[in-house]
Amino acid sequence: MKATFSIRRGGSEGGELVDYRTEVTEGMVVLDAVHQIQAESAPDLACRWNCKAGKCGSCSAEINGKPKLMCMTRLDTIDITQPVTIEPMRAFPPIKDLATDVSWNFEVKKRIKKFKPRKPDAEDGTWRMQQSDVDRVQEFRKCIECFLCQDVCHVLRDHNKHAEFAGPRHYVYTAALEMHPLDTENRIDELKNDFGIGYCNITKCCTKVCPEHITITDNAIIPLKERVVDEHFDPLAKLVKLFRKK
Amino acid sequence: MASNLVQITRRGFGETMRRDGWWIPSLLTFLGFSAFIVYSTWAAFQGEHYSFGPYLSPMYSPLIWEAAGQPLSHHSWLGAWPAWLPTYLLVQPITPAILILWAPGGFRFTCYYYRGAYYKAFWADPPACAVGEPRNEYRGEKKFPLILQNVHRYFLYIALLFIVILAYDAIAATQFADGFGIGVGTLVMTINVILLASYTFGCHSLRHLVGGRCDTMSNKPVQHKLWQWVSKLNGKHMLFAWLSLFWVGFTDFYIRMCSMGSFTDYRIF
Repeated sequence: MKATFSIRRGGSEGGELVDYRTEVTEGMVVLDAVHQIQAESAPDLACRWNCKAGKCGSCSAEINGKPKLMCMTRLDTIDITQPVTIEPMRAFPPIKDLATDVSWNFEVKKRIKKFKPRKPDAEDGTWRMQQSDVDRVQEFRKCIECFLCQDVCHVLRDHNKHAEFAGPRHYVYTAALEMHPLDTENRIDELKNDFGIGYCNITKCCTKVCPEHITITDNAIIPLKERVVDEHFDPLAKLVKLFRKK
Repeated sequence: MASNLVQITRRGFGETMRRDGWWIPSLLTFLGFSAFIVYSTWAAFQGEHYSFGPYLSPMYSPLIWEAAGQPLSHHSWLGAWPAWLPTYLLVQPITPAILILWAPGGFRFTCYYYRGAYYKAFWADPPACAVGEPRNEYRGEKKFPLILQNVHRYFLYIALLFIVILAYDAIAATQFADGFGIGVGTLVMTINVILLASYTFGCHSLRHLVGGRCDTMSNKPVQHKLWQWVSKLNGKHMLFAWLSLFWVGFTDFYIRMCSMGSFTDYRIF
């Protein structure tokens, strides 16, 4: 059976959807079809990929308008009786065809305060911690940095707030550090002022597209928002803190 | 964060490459919330048929004063409507429900689940994931007025008090004129408080306050257990948000119909 794939072609200045027809067989994923099209009719088609197993986070794209990993999207889960559109992520500048410039994410990550552990618990310079205390942050460590959550977030893709908003991926990263039982750093002021967590209006789109099924909104963003409330919007909590200090 | 700016092309309102029924969840949310808002507003302004025997509508509980012109019942905390309190504000009547509904209303309005849902359904902000928006400007919850959503935990404190009051109402709904009994209304009110408690105890703010704010919980077993329980309910927060919303409306409707004589309240024993 043949199917049609409408793939965005073009460079950083602009592009258009070009139709390609190729044979599809049982078990194929979208990335297989793209590779087949590269081999058959478009050898210059640019597309990032690496592991083909949903673990490297390279082949992020928008398939029929939904942010997905191409390697994890089986053709039997989408309607191939109509042309399947494959576009690059919209929240980042296109480089060529399906490849986008995601370097902004790495720049933001550099600005987040690094892990700062407390003094070692033992003389040999090691620490002790309970599994139950790290259970919560282990979920965040599953992130493969595919940036689909950043792509789907309307604060970035529709409002272009890249200068004031760090995006879901970086809130997950910050949550992993903030909630770590050994970490002593405080990132709450930066979350509020520099990383714009207040811009998040809890649409949960990031959670819906995460290929690692990280509960981004409920387990990372909202708990961080609550920590911001503790320090900036809760006079009662401040009063309690003041008395505790005394 | 002022450097390394990214420029992207903005889409128009409703513009998307999605082919699924992306508008259906937002439409259902809009219709569901609108139906509840219309019914609860109407019911709150009635000022009558809010109690029937041992049953008291959750929209009128706590009944601080009996509504103006209504016979005094045992549900009222402070007796008849006081003379110093006006019965009308311009053309709108002031009822016992108006005095209290701001609290549960505020709790739901500032709830993290509801926020995400009504931003999409009522403000199209965004209409759905990966669908273009109608406005260029965006302030989110970073600036006034939505920065006020951060008051949510204060509404939670009041909502927890309401759960105690509604639990008392459900127990009081077993005390009929001829002694202890259980009627259909008792079950309706009991289900109501169970659903409301499941929604309230799954609140994100409560999850934070009982333990989520701590990085280490292994040395705080009570907090850790509470956090685990709240987290479990939190996983079904959306479900309980909807179920409890519907059931509050239904409980009021059932008691109202019984009071008006349209429904017969059957006694189970």
